[in-house]
Amino acid sequence: MSKMNRIKSSLIDTKKEINFVFNGKKYKGFKGDTLGSALLANNVKLIGRSFKYHRPRGIISHGSEEPNGLVELINEHYNEPNTKITTLELYEGLKAKSQNCWPSVKYDLMSINDKLSNFISAGFYYKTFMWPSSFWEKIYEPVIRKAAGLGSLTLSNCDRNSEKGYLHCDVLIIGSGPSGLISAYIAGVSGVRVLLVEEDFIFGGSLNNETLTISDMPAIDWVKFIIKELSKLKNVKLMNKTELIGMFDHGVFGAIEKNKYKKIDQIFWKITSKKTLLCSGSTERLIPFQNNDLPGIMLSNSIRSFVNRWGVKSFKKVLLFTNNDDAYSTAINLIDNEIDCIGIVDIRDKPKNVDPKIKVYTNSQVINAYGNLKLQSVDVVNSDGKIINIECDFLGVSGGWNPNIHISCHTGVKPEWNNKILAFTPGKKNISTHLEAAGSANGKFTLNECFNDSEIKTIKILNELKIKPKKYVIPKTKKETFNIDPFWFVKQGSKRKWVDLQNDVTVKDIEIAYNENFRSVEHLKRYTTLGMGTDQGKTSNVTGLAILANLSNKSIPEVGTTIFRPPYVPVSLDAFVGSVTSKNYKPTRLTPTNSWAQANGASFVESGLWLRAEWYTKKNEKHWRESVDREVNSVRNSVGFCDVSTLGKIDIQGRDAQKFINKIYSNGFAKLPVGKVRYGLMLREDGLVMDDGTTARMGEDHFIMTTTTINAESVYRHLEFCHQCLWPEMDVHLISTTDAWAQIAIAGPKSRKIMSKIVDEQFDISNENFPFMACKELTICGGITARLFRISFSGELAYELSIPTQYASSLVTHLMEVGKEDNIVPYGTEALGVMRIEKGHAAGAELNGTISALNLNMGKMVSSKKDSIGIILSKREGLCLPDGLRLIGLKPINPKNQLISGSHLFNENDTKKPENDMGYVTSSCYSPTLKSFIALAFLKNGNGRYGEKIKVSNPILKSEDLAEICNPVFVDPNGDRLRE
Amino acid sequence: MGEFIYYGDASLLKRPKWDDKNAEDKFYKYLYLRKNIAGIHKELWFHQQGDRSWLVVTRNTKNHEILKVELATEVVKGLDK
Repeated sequence: MSKMNRIKSSLIDTKKEINFVFNGKKYKGFKGDTLGSALLANNVKLIGRSFKYHRPRGIISHGSEEPNGLVELINEHYNEPNTKITTLELYEGLKAKSQNCWPSVKYDLMSINDKLSNFISAGFYYKTFMWPSSFWEKIYEPVIRKAAGLGSLTLSNCDRNSEKGYLHCDVLIIGSGPSGLISAYIAGVSGVRVLLVEEDFIFGGSLNNETLTISDMPAIDWVKFIIKELSKLKNVKLMNKTELIGMFDHGVFGAIEKNKYKKIDQIFWKITSKKTLLCSGSTERLIPFQNNDLPGIMLSNSIRSFVNRWGVKSFKKVLLFTNNDDAYSTAINLIDNEIDCIGIVDIRDKPKNVDPKIKVYTNSQVINAYGNLKLQSVDVVNSDGKIINIECDFLGVSGGWNPNIHISCHTGVKPEWNNKILAFTPGKKNISTHLEAAGSANGKFTLNECFNDSEIKTIKILNELKIKPKKYVIPKTKKETFNIDPFWFVKQGSKRKWVDLQNDVTVKDIEIAYNENFRSVEHLKRYTTLGMGTDQGKTSNVTGLAILANLSNKSIPEVGTTIFRPPYVPVSLDAFVGSVTSKNYKPTRLTPTNSWAQANGASFVESGLWLRAEWYTKKNEKHWRESVDREVNSVRNSVGFCDVSTLGKIDIQGRDAQKFINKIYSNGFAKLPVGKVRYGLMLREDGLVMDDGTTARMGEDHFIMTTTTINAESVYRHLEFCHQCLWPEMDVHLISTTDAWAQIAIAGPKSRKIMSKIVDEQFDISNENFPFMACKELTICGGITARLFRISFSGELAYELSIPTQYASSLVTHLMEVGKEDNIVPYGTEALGVMRIEKGHAAGAELNGTISALNLNMGKMVSSKKDSIGIILSKREGLCLPDGLRLIGLKPINPKNQLISGSHLFNENDTKKPENDMGYVTSSCYSPTLKSFIALAFLKNGNGRYGEKIKVSNPILKSEDLAEICNPVFVDPNGDRLRE
Repeated sequence: MGEFIYYGDASLLKRPKWDDKNAEDKFYKYLYLRKNIAGIHKELWFHQQGDRSWLVVTRNTKNHEILKVELATEVVKGLDK
């Protein structure tokens, strides 16, 4: 690229070249460029293909309103789709490619859609894909999925550094154009904490694009001057490259700071401000006419901006088309830079203040555009009604200006129509007292008005903050006027006239929607997808409304408007996530014996946040089943221990503790004596099972409840709810002691022998004096406080020993020593699981939130003699069906066949269809004790069917087996071993 | 996990008596027919990552304005039981 293509601009540093690649081709730009300005300066006009019809498209604007200029940014590890080239600051080595086209942007096969446009206009999804319904899954959906969506994702990890941060200020100013800067200055010198955010990488907003004079200096110099002044103030924080994305309740705002050159790529800021001033400027709008989407047709002010700010010289022959005064500034700027401005097509009869240098076609309209992949000429109907063809490579269109009111709508305030400027301004009636809009965002389009409006609003805000404004000077500016005639779209011609360029919505689509009675704004929007793209219709919404108003012979305010919702610009999800991913999001909880387990060959499994040992591999063991079978056999024949510290432990004390527990559990606790433990079944108020566990009475007013690992938090919350919200009069005190006490299960026929070696001598733990379900506070290993419970999950003679967490690691080392002669083993969660299935104990898979006590064969545990949570609703008919699901055991006819959890049960002679479904398998394992696979399942009327055969079917894994229904307690059904 | 956990309409504080005549119907209404108001709403929040108190928060659900916060225990004690 030669420097000849650039006009001198103080905002482009032609000494600093930047290399970049677009669609595989190398280009050069300069410091100060966006990707958009650099491409335009390199005469690249064709950027991508449109969403629906795959029409060739070029950029039309120079900012965040851009509907067309979206590309896929190619990073080392991932691609970023839908990147706006008009806001992306150029950097060395940038790589990007067009999206929505295949094989290339010039020859795009999907542009066949354009030829089919008669069939895929507004509402085509709803009409076409309705029938036959059987086509949906196999034909329509895959086709739509392939064609739908803008850009595509690389499914690799996004390794961007994202962070979150918080900012507080008295006055938040959104935008650093003339209004933002003067407001920040007035507020700043008055001493309040000001935060000025600007989405661009330089401050100044529209002033950078114009050749205006402020206080007798070029506007760009005034921007530098005022920024320098603001930088001196310690109470003012200036943030560029920061997109304000939304206003939320209580004066909270969201903003994304993006900075390619810092270590952190993006920061999601939560800003809390006392008062906020919206100085977000305004956006020019298009005038739809036939083929107005050809690359080369742009917004009038954007052509001016590319010339003035970025020094782009690629414009050869420029025609302008307008209904207002603004296009005349573009013409003057082009002429001053020796660019051929061949005229202005003005729909008005007598435009005011016309510079004699400009050729004006008054009372005329551009009605059609021609060109292959780029604009070559347009047809103009002049005041005599004659059609003349004018050659041009660029057409600048100005259909008027829309204030950027979006953020003012975020809390639900509707905008108001202003008939003088023909646009919506921020609603005043119900406007949150928090936010004011000033300048162009408030419909004040001339510089003079901007400064006046900003002064008034800033003083108002300072008054509300009870701050006396200090001395300041409002700079001198020329008085100007803004005139506009209502003109929304060119009626002449039957070819497509584009309203929403991003979502390919035409004037005709709006007519179709109207004729099919989708006449409310909200219906129109959804039926045509007008304004539903990533640009939120910044250049198209109001035009679309005006067309609807025209069709229905109503005024625009009568038709109404849709309000805008956050975010103002698209935000990638990783910005919201920040650094809170994987382990930062989900910390790992380690059991007290974790390092011991690691050193002793354990494999680990996640259980909620916990990492638990699942089995301990011995040297010669090649498969995990070998380890698990050995652990189970050791416990059943000798002794083993397992860290069960993850079980929730809740310490309950108080004069009413027993009364309280009796109301929490459905079974009776009123008669539980001191020194005894009882199994408890906890229902939710709807009568279904919430959790189960044991509760030990350590003293008259002192109980220890255990919960399942997973429900530790929710049960604690439930208990606090019952106490605080239902029975606050009870004297009960609750505290979670899960982390304070380690709990080790010691199980197996030799467990009493082991316990007697560690429990201090003065405590008698003989079967007689410490029987099954006994509990006691005692000391072990010469004085260490401990709590011993004679409870069993494995079905063997067993104990659970609670000790302060810090002793757990030493305890297990000690257990290994004292248990050596009995070949004591540590066992993991898998062996624990096998033994509980062998014993038919319900666990998480069975307590799945849909199960009643009756389903668990525990109907008798719901006492109707007392009040307890869930007692009333557990009696509902549907939960008490005599032939409802019952927990049963299953033994495959061939013991080597594994029964798969989640399989469904069917009677032997029934066909497999939903209405014949008899139940499902919840837990399954290989039982080394029975030398067979076994399973637990819920089966309709199950406990009346022991001995029968049933089909166990898993259509997803395509497995089917025959199994025998049996008692879910496979091992020691009478519980003799527990009491030995 | 957030600092607070939300539990919906505060009518949960008024648990019916289990031995009432139409207890089943009353419990059904108590549990399932709770209000979900657009506007000023009394609702339950649990300060899980804090002092573990259950709170009755009067909140305008339209703009998230918090009008009043009371301890559930105090509210229940004030209810006509």
